[in-house]
Amino acid sequence: MNQESSSGLECPKPGWFQAPSGNERTWIGMAVTWCLILSVMMPYWHFRGKQNSTGEAYRVKPADFVKRVEAFVKVNTGEETLVEDGIAPVVPAPPGEVYLLAKQFFWFPVLKLRSGETYRLHISSADVQHGFSLLPMNMNFQIVPGYDHVLTIKPQAPGTYHIVCNEFCGIGHQQMVGKIIVE
Amino acid sequence: MNTNSDYPKRICGTTGFPICRSAEFFVKANAVLGVVFLLIGGIGAVLVALTRWQAVHLLPVDWFYRILTLHGINMLIFWILFFEVAILYFVSTTLLKVRLASRLTAWIGLIMMLVGAIMTDVTILLGKADVMLSSYLPLLAHPAFYLGIILVAVGTLIAVGNYFATLYIAKKEKTYEGSVPLVVFGATAAAIIAVVTLLHGAVVMVPTFLYSLHLCAQPDPQWYRLIWWGLGHMSQQVNVCAMVAVWYFLAALTTGAKPLNEAVCRSAFVLYILFINLASAHHLLVDPGVSAGWKIWNTSYAMYLAVLASMMHGFTVPASVEVAMRGKGYVRGLFGWLTNAPWRNPGFSAFFLSLLIFGFIGGITGVTLGTQQINIIAHNTLRIPGHFHATVVGGTTLAFMGLTYYVVPLLWRRDYIFKPLCRLQPYLFGIGILLLSFGMSFAGSMGVSRRSWDIDAGGSIYGPTAHLFLALVGIGGVMAFLALFLYVGLTVGTLFFGRRIADGKAMSDWGTPKVLSTSPGHDHVAPMPGIAGGATVAEAHPTQGTMVLAIIFLLSFAVYYFANWKALADVWPVR
Amino acid sequence: MNDPKKIHPIQKLMDNMWLLLALGIIIPCLSYTLWGWLELAFLKAAQLP
Repeated sequence: MNQESSSGLECPKPGWFQAPSGNERTWIGMAVTWCLILSVMMPYWHFRGKQNSTGEAYRVKPADFVKRVEAFVKVNTGEETLVEDGIAPVVPAPPGEVYLLAKQFFWFPVLKLRSGETYRLHISSADVQHGFSLLPMNMNFQIVPGYDHVLTIKPQAPGTYHIVCNEFCGIGHQQMVGKIIVE
Repeated sequence: MNTNSDYPKRICGTTGFPICRSAEFFVKANAVLGVVFLLIGGIGAVLVALTRWQAVHLLPVDWFYRILTLHGINMLIFWILFFEVAILYFVSTTLLKVRLASRLTAWIGLIMMLVGAIMTDVTILLGKADVMLSSYLPLLAHPAFYLGIILVAVGTLIAVGNYFATLYIAKKEKTYEGSVPLVVFGATAAAIIAVVTLLHGAVVMVPTFLYSLHLCAQPDPQWYRLIWWGLGHMSQQVNVCAMVAVWYFLAALTTGAKPLNEAVCRSAFVLYILFINLASAHHLLVDPGVSAGWKIWNTSYAMYLAVLASMMHGFTVPASVEVAMRGKGYVRGLFGWLTNAPWRNPGFSAFFLSLLIFGFIGGITGVTLGTQQINIIAHNTLRIPGHFHATVVGGTTLAFMGLTYYVVPLLWRRDYIFKPLCRLQPYLFGIGILLLSFGMSFAGSMGVSRRSWDIDAGGSIYGPTAHLFLALVGIGGVMAFLALFLYVGLTVGTLFFGRRIADGKAMSDWGTPKVLSTSPGHDHVAPMPGIAGGATVAEAHPTQGTMVLAIIFLLSFAVYYFANWKALADVWPVR
Repeated sequence: MNDPKKIHPIQKLMDNMWLLLALGIIIPCLSYTLWGWLELAFLKAAQLP
């Protein structure tokens, strides 16, 4: 069967364009089937699955977003905003629009959410790109200045969850850890 | 017919191919420079690995981010591109029996690449570009960082142009008949993808460079991500094509393997050319601003057509080895062909380990992590480097190491020193990278993030298991570095002290499988010394062993893939 | 399909490096780059109350 064929180093003999046969053909069939299964999974989960990243976002100036976050904090705590040395205020938030700011090197504020409720979490950055990594579930999203990234989330269980920044944002990057509290 | 015969060349004493002397110089120059940058990147690697191993924590915080930037750029851009230019010049001129199109162009490309790489490396080491390889805006580096990368990109593009010109001359002057050899076809696929890559590099780096000089407004950070990953990921697809071309090359030299069906292999390369670059989208799967539709269509490589291509190569390459080995008489059981393969030959072991690591670890994790929704539980965690160290390092770099064990004797005409160490080196590297990759993947599954100097800096969030896996990263990293250092040391040592191979004589044989007296065929192609010969095959089903391996691969893939969907289903609903 | 004088159209595509280069540039630049770029360009502004 192989007598006529050439190695990968030589020009193929004329008439080399032939259909596959034997095991090779069987394998290609299996691979095509697997690729079709793979192709179906993402659209299926988009419509029927509960975890998706649709990239919902809106253009925003970083300074405007900062103001919006401060206004949100003020409304929900009745206090002036506290941004001293990275310690963020704890803000109990009703279901609906909630706001979170990423800034070198802290997250602001600490949101207090209720389990089983749905929130539209608006996240953006005051300065450089950051990574929103919610542990221990290990849910990860990119936070980009100039973009109000909206995540429609539904906390599942009470607890204290850490937000680790996982996009390199400068020399204090590894210290940038925040919190979300769920009751 | 061949009007091309008057360029300076010599006839290779091992393969009989004509080696163009101009090409030979530039192949050597680019390969040597590639290995120099590999060493720089490798030193960076071991320093970074010993820092992420929390118990060792070698580098201070600023140097960690600096060296990590150095490591990324030297490995993913400089080592790979220089070595690939060498491969392009080598396969085009040798296998098509033609002269290199232009020495001047080759010089210009080489000098631009070298000046650019030095410029960027110096800028990084001076602490003026602590921005990671990806240099995401608004983080800003010194203008020389960007200018260096632009020079490397343009220099590579010039070298790729020289490659296309060489192919054009070969066709015009009819130095070959019919279609180009498969290895050249694979190299052409790599070159085409390189053009797309480098175009994206120019589009993103030039405005950013101008911005760093305060000559224009800041490019939009999300736009930057989109275009940058056109450079960043598409360059890795160049690596995939080059690696597969090298697999076919080494399979032929070490076992006499021949592609079962040229149309199948070439179709797979065409699928790469058309669709593999779409998957740059898998870096933006959890980004704002780009829609689910864009994410799903592009990350699927257009319905996984390019993944189909990889699965095709994943069968045809080992199948060609199996057929070649069975033809030599190694027909016992399902895997006699594999157990009797020349595992002592570092060209073979590096190639086959590269195939296994790339396929089983790199490919399976890559498709899975590149699934839009599954990316939610993986983006920017250490799972991502766990994946790409299996593909670029365990796959491409290991294959290139295997190639070196032939290129040095063939071009420099010196036999390797300390051959027993050479035989060991691919295994040491492969095992080191596997440990590194596993450590990263498991730590990442526990939420440990990539690009972080200290996972305990923000408080005690991770348990002892995460620390254990980071220790595995450290240990695997040290092993891989030792193997890398061995490869560089053996290669450089051979250039200076290796036994010279006389003109017209063949390189010494690393070990190619003998034809058994029980083999069926009568028309064995007499092998040249050092290179395996082909043989005929009498069996009805000569690829059963490969079929079993392929089915095991598919089952592993399905298990890993659906396990990840299950893990995703356990996290909070999010849209 | 085995007739050596007649070349299959797909083989003609594979033997034409310039056509492959053109398609290899056009397809990703449209599907990945241009499509993504347009989505970013047409993004709406935030309605921050």
